[in-house]
Amino acid sequence: MIFDGVDIDIPRGKVTAIMGPSGTGKTTLLRMIGGQLRPRAGRVMVDGQDVHALRRGELYALRKRMGMLFQSGALLTDLNVYDNVAFPLREHTELPESMIRDLVLMKLEAVGLRGARDMMPSELSGGMARRVALARAIALDPMMIMYDEPFTGLDPISKGAVVELIHKINTALGVTSIIVSHDVRETTAISDYIYVLSDGKVVGQGTPQALMESDSPWVRQFMQGLPDGPVPFHYPASDYAADLLAGQG
Amino acid sequence: MLTWLAHLGRAGLSFFERLGRGHLFLLQVLAGMPGLLLRPRLVIQQIYSVGVLSLVIIVVSGLFVGMVLGLQGYNTLADFGAAESLGVMVALSLVRELGPVVAALLFGGRAGSALTAEIGLMKATEQLSGMEMMAVDPLRRVIAPRFVAGFIAMPLLAAIFSAVGVIGGYFVGVGLLGVDDGAFWSQMQARVDLYDDVMNGVIKSVAFGFVATWIAVYEGYDAVPTAEGVSRATTRTVVHTALAVLGLDFVLTALMFGE
Repeated sequence: MIFDGVDIDIPRGKVTAIMGPSGTGKTTLLRMIGGQLRPRAGRVMVDGQDVHALRRGELYALRKRMGMLFQSGALLTDLNVYDNVAFPLREHTELPESMIRDLVLMKLEAVGLRGARDMMPSELSGGMARRVALARAIALDPMMIMYDEPFTGLDPISKGAVVELIHKINTALGVTSIIVSHDVRETTAISDYIYVLSDGKVVGQGTPQALMESDSPWVRQFMQGLPDGPVPFHYPASDYAADLLAGQG
Repeated sequence: MLTWLAHLGRAGLSFFERLGRGHLFLLQVLAGMPGLLLRPRLVIQQIYSVGVLSLVIIVVSGLFVGMVLGLQGYNTLADFGAAESLGVMVALSLVRELGPVVAALLFGGRAGSALTAEIGLMKATEQLSGMEMMAVDPLRRVIAPRFVAGFIAMPLLAAIFSAVGVIGGYFVGVGLLGVDDGAFWSQMQARVDLYDDVMNGVIKSVAFGFVATWIAVYEGYDAVPTAEGVSRATTRTVVHTALAVLGLDFVLTALMFGE
């Protein structure tokens, strides 16, 4: 079992963060919201629709209104930056090429990469790839964007840029944002509300301020990055001395 | 003994599970095909990368296979004083058997492995998942065009293989060993039947193209999305394609030529 009794509300137009250590199923949660994975029990409601009760066509219609930023960027490696951003527009709209060009350039300008339009994904740095992926995620003007570990593996400058972009996109476009992350500093800086997950349960929730001051030992360990606490430093193992002695035949 | 039985049972179950998933996958891909009629460009691009880029290996192999057939056939036929029938022998061997089979084996090694690796890597780098989240079905956008392209390209490659092979046999037989030019072609023309020989060869190559492409795209789509998983999937594509083609060849030959 990955989740147990998880009840999360994601208010419209706000930045909601889901935090927790690696391996708690945060990405799994996003994939369930997007309908790529199906829960054994329970429901996922998006905009009043039960994601897993939808027919295929309805699910795809709903996905057009969702953007998702993958950790790896998930750019199509055989297309350049421009064509990657144009991809959802060409797939889902009948717009003439001149209008697609305007839209693509606008999205790329928004993430600051209009000058990189002819580059191939392999030529981009990690931070640039994530910004291109972000431009692609907002290409169809979705109502909601899911960010899967948007800050992981970026240098401080790129990280700052992504933080700024997520904040700007949320306020300027009024989209609902869900951030899945374990980067405490960046996430608390832009989130309106945070859920902290561990072992498939919500162990803490509240505004960033409230969580920082939380007296739950678990939340404190996570938010302050303490090596030992409710989550032990050692992976469960047998008695150390007995284990060492067992090797002496 | 019991563990051995359990092991056998598990292996059997996982085999049938894979087989079942492979067939479901095929159905989903076939369902995505009508949509391609509206976007022929997707297919044409893939025919280029699957078919046109395989031409070199097909032509070169075809030429050499034909030349070897010419040499070997001549030695045997000359013993019976039937060296003039070299053209028939070369053409029948190629059109009925070697063209479809060898072309399919080469196709699996050149184009099939490339398809598997490409699709497997797209999966490993979350490109397929990303498409799904953009409301683009990867089965229709990525897999179906490649499947159709392989299916179209393979019979054409087999035909080219046979044609080049005949020319190779001609070079060796007529050019090198001195078989009569007119006899080489006229006997071939008289004894190779359009329906019994050529059409049956075409049917074979169509069947091989279907199976080889199916294996290639399925292995890629089903690959474990890691470096090791993709490499295993690519190996499996080549091995399974070879086994499937050779096994199917026997069945088809028995059905079409066995009296």
